[in-house]
Amino acid sequence: MALDLHAKRVFKQVGTRPPRPDGVDKVTGRAMFGADATAPGMLFARVLRSPHAHAVIKSIDAADALALKGVKAVVTSDDFGLPEDMFARDVQDNCLARGKALYHGHGVAAVAAISDAVAKQALKLIKVDYKVLPHVTDVDEAMKPGAPVVQEGRSEENVGAGLSQNVTTYCEFGHGDLKAGFAKADKIIERSFKTAATHQGYIEPHACLASVTSDGKADLWCCTQGQFAVRTVCAEIMGMEASQLRVTASEIGGGFGGKTTVFIEPIALALSRKTGRPVKMVMSREEVFKATGPTVSSSMDVKIGMTKDGRITAGEAKLRYQGGAFPTGTVTMGAQSAFAAYDLEAVRTYGWNVMTNRPKEAAYRAPGAPMAIFAVESVVDEFCQELGLDPLDVRLKNAAKKGTKSAYGPTFDEIGLVATLEAATAHPHYKAPLGPNQGRGLSCGFWFNFGGNTCVSLNINTDGTVGITEGNPDIGGSRASISLMAAEELGIAYDKVRTIIADTNSLGYNDITDGSRVTFSVGLATIEAARNAIRIMCARAAKIWGIDEDAVVWEDGAAKPSGPNAGDFEPMTLADIAAVSAETGGPIAGHHEVNADGAGVSFGVHLADVEVDPETGATKVLRYTVFQDAGRAVHPDYVEGQMQGGAVQGIGWALNEEYIYNDEGKLQNAGFLDYRVPVASDLPNIDTVILEIPNPGHPYGVRGVGETPIVPPLAALANAVSRAVGVRMTELPMSPPKLLKALSGKG
Amino acid sequence: MKSMHISTTINGDSAEFVCGPDETLLDVLRNRLGLTGAKEGCGTGDCGACSVTLNGRLVCSCLVMGAEAEGAEITTIEGMAEGDQLHPLQKAFIDHAALQCGICTPGILVAAKALLDKNPDPTDTEVRYWLAGNLCRCTGYDKIIRAVQIAAKEMRSA
Amino acid sequence: MNMQYARPETAAEAAGLLAAAGGTTRVLAGGTDVLVQLKSGMVEPELIVDIKRIPGVRDITKEDGGFRIGAAVSGAQLGEHKALVALWPGVVEAVELIGSTQVQGRATMVGNLCNGSPAADSVPAMVAANAIARIEGPNGTRDCPVQDIPVSPGKISLKKGEFITSIFVPARPKHTSDAYLRFIPRTEMDIAVVSAGVSLELDGDGTCTSARVVLGAVAPTVVLVEDAAKAIVGTKLEDAALAALAKACSAACKPIDDKRGTVEFRTQVAGVLAKRAALIAYDRAGGRT
Repeated sequence: MALDLHAKRVFKQVGTRPPRPDGVDKVTGRAMFGADATAPGMLFARVLRSPHAHAVIKSIDAADALALKGVKAVVTSDDFGLPEDMFARDVQDNCLARGKALYHGHGVAAVAAISDAVAKQALKLIKVDYKVLPHVTDVDEAMKPGAPVVQEGRSEENVGAGLSQNVTTYCEFGHGDLKAGFAKADKIIERSFKTAATHQGYIEPHACLASVTSDGKADLWCCTQGQFAVRTVCAEIMGMEASQLRVTASEIGGGFGGKTTVFIEPIALALSRKTGRPVKMVMSREEVFKATGPTVSSSMDVKIGMTKDGRITAGEAKLRYQGGAFPTGTVTMGAQSAFAAYDLEAVRTYGWNVMTNRPKEAAYRAPGAPMAIFAVESVVDEFCQELGLDPLDVRLKNAAKKGTKSAYGPTFDEIGLVATLEAATAHPHYKAPLGPNQGRGLSCGFWFNFGGNTCVSLNINTDGTVGITEGNPDIGGSRASISLMAAEELGIAYDKVRTIIADTNSLGYNDITDGSRVTFSVGLATIEAARNAIRIMCARAAKIWGIDEDAVVWEDGAAKPSGPNAGDFEPMTLADIAAVSAETGGPIAGHHEVNADGAGVSFGVHLADVEVDPETGATKVLRYTVFQDAGRAVHPDYVEGQMQGGAVQGIGWALNEEYIYNDEGKLQNAGFLDYRVPVASDLPNIDTVILEIPNPGHPYGVRGVGETPIVPPLAALANAVSRAVGVRMTELPMSPPKLLKALSGKG
Repeated sequence: MKSMHISTTINGDSAEFVCGPDETLLDVLRNRLGLTGAKEGCGTGDCGACSVTLNGRLVCSCLVMGAEAEGAEITTIEGMAEGDQLHPLQKAFIDHAALQCGICTPGILVAAKALLDKNPDPTDTEVRYWLAGNLCRCTGYDKIIRAVQIAAKEMRSA
Repeated sequence: MNMQYARPETAAEAAGLLAAAGGTTRVLAGGTDVLVQLKSGMVEPELIVDIKRIPGVRDITKEDGGFRIGAAVSGAQLGEHKALVALWPGVVEAVELIGSTQVQGRATMVGNLCNGSPAADSVPAMVAANAIARIEGPNGTRDCPVQDIPVSPGKISLKKGEFITSIFVPARPKHTSDAYLRFIPRTEMDIAVVSAGVSLELDGDGTCTSARVVLGAVAPTVVLVEDAAKAIVGTKLEDAALAALAKACSAACKPIDDKRGTVEFRTQVAGVLAKRAALIAYDRAGGRT
């Protein structure tokens, strides 16, 4: 759906900052999140998890647990079938291990009991006989031919010979003649990088309430980014028909990609089916860290050639990502995005996805991109330092723009990279003075953005208000944005519109709230649904007036006669038409179903000032500014919120967040005490500058904004540290022990 | 495990409940009293989502035993608004987009109110350190700090 | 699991309950460590003794020019006590660094001590301050220097039935002060990776006449570094003296590598923090560098 021809239209509501519809519920404690649901007679379930990183499960004896008073059922992988769909099978096997525990914390058995305390007690009575196997958690180690094999037979054909079976997929992108490109360079830099696995760190642990009845129907209430995807995978695992499993998304306490799949829902359904009672499951924080998806860890090599005046002549990146104990595809997105910000004659990226004995990776905000772009942007910055070039000038000189053949294939349409770079150049932050041990770094960021399957139903109520039903859980204020777009299109007040999130039986299939797709796709479908409703309302007015339908236009929230009939009748407002709808043909609604295309890529640039304590290696972020193209900022508060939140997640990734394993492959920091997400006192204000370069693929020009902002902080901070104290950190996080060691090594 | 009968005061109203010695105040609020505004983000005092006040002190209710509520005065997020009148902090959080997903919001509001009750005119740094035990993963804290300051200013002029 | 919860009204009653219990017991004051242990399933005590009803445990009282701090006095309460803050600023700042504002509403220095962690923030400061613990037990009351309470990680020297009812921080002469610093990766919410408490006394012209330098998180228990004290006694904390102090501190470290830091890092930063803490204490005591 293309940008409206009247793209220069003046918006009346889009771009304002009204209060969000779920605000009062959320500030009063009334909003119902995943763990807040209850059902009469419900049982409580807990999962027994593997204490080993890799072990054959020789036997599971649950007799003593079942004998404990109050225990109603135990399930293991034996209670499940073998789904034909490999995606569903992997999800199921990740919930409860089949034959082999693949990582420390992998579910082995689950208990349902009359209370959480009894369930916990019962777990201690389950006897599991393990045969411990050698394990591997490091990506480079896991690729070697002799490495312990996590799963047999999962390697795709295009993976080259001489690598372990743990390498599941290989990919390659790019164009041009690399050799010729490097030959043109005045200088070539080659560096290797590593980044740690980081967790999405949503504050709400996974929770669900499942109720399966003896007639085969089931209800599932859970915190998820996509109730329809939950239904698909759970129905497949449970052998149910989609219509019989109704999934309702609760309010969701953060997801960032981590709630795009399921970890406990199939277990709760199985226990409910077995016991005939509702079953509630809530993960502990420790379980969230041990058994839900962090993102990948990476090992990367980057080689770039540049002329003395800062023109990149060739770029090459080799990316190796481990995504835990199951095959993943994340490296593909890293390989596609690594050089996305540059207009290059010769570029090539190669990626390998690798299995290790770690939890199954789940998507995390711009999955695959932050680490790849960290590596590339670090090398570009090193060139700027070595060649004495301004880092923004160099980015501008090489920036991708409309017409650029992207490093991953497609040719870019209107994009905002140059605008963000120019805004950064002009911003006072870029020229502000710095003190001793302080440095300023910057980095570009990129994300593809997605569209996808979307349904919206828009009902015109007889009192002149509007109810919208959409199918995407609201993570960051999307109900406000959707209501705004509907109000804009219909020409009615924002507070006349209420948007709700439907369960899976109330609407057609909607893709997950991911890929920064919701404001774009649901917005697009909402605008089209509103236009459908408007067509009906115009027809009703035409009927009342006795004129041709084509002779009625919709302006300022009212039907007006036009053309030869202009001025013949008083305009009829939405409320006027709605009030008499029973007499003109019945209720009025508009709906729209689409597999949306044209999401429009997003670019951003971040500026970061840091100060390093040279005696301790501590890095403090002093000032931070985010520049990003939002296409059209529908609700600027929530656009800024995405930019700020993403930036801070990236800051955490750069400085302190990491999965730490010991020699036995056991996770050492499964809690918020030692998995160190940024706290309020760690940070300055995060300033934001929104650029609006309309996306040609959306009627209002909207682009997704949620993911791009997590990408630049990694390199922006590494580059700032390098300029502050003269050491280049190629391994993330740049935790104080690592930085102090580097500083000591500098002499 | 013998259950205990506890009498306490919650948001100004007397409340009674029965709980086991292994239950935390958070368990009691959520599971025995239906006050699910306090959230369990970690259960170990590291995230602040379960913040309440106990005899006027800001605490994590996950680190208080249910039995310790005997004779105590507890306030929770459910007691923050007066009838349909939102507290200035609650209003500022909505008006200035200081929440995204909203899971940390009850805890942050309770903590911020405890700060402003003690220090009506804090610096940004004081707000940031006071709220360091309230993790928010969505906002990057920026709009939270601004909203607390806006509410503080409004409360000072009221 | 058959845990009991008791809330005795007197110290003797509490000691009796603790002594009579057959299995694991836990004393509950602030609960910020005990409830975490319970949550993790690390311990399954048969008895929890809540000592907060015992007279005096929630009070800070003046005694012999110093202060007696009850075992259930929270960090927040400590920080609000102006006279105590003036007398032992380093001890108070150490306690106030434990956890969040919420944790400060409950956490106590006695709990911090009895948890037995080598990284406990308040312990180096208390040892530097020559603090004395008052212990109640089946055989009555006894006093013990805080320094002698920790034995090894998670283990303390109290006998069965014993518990600490208060900490005494002594009076101090003119021209003395103390300070505590710790290193953590974030600005809040972390356990100390390495820490240093320094208490010192100056003469009229600013020369250090005595000092106690104590390190945390660099050995199984906190370390009193006598060589570090020697390095600054007789000096006005000039650069050479501070360098010697830092060197002595690093030499006294026997740390481990773990998820929070490396041997190398702890050893190096121990000296840095001791130096910085000494300067703060020196400044507070009225010295000028």
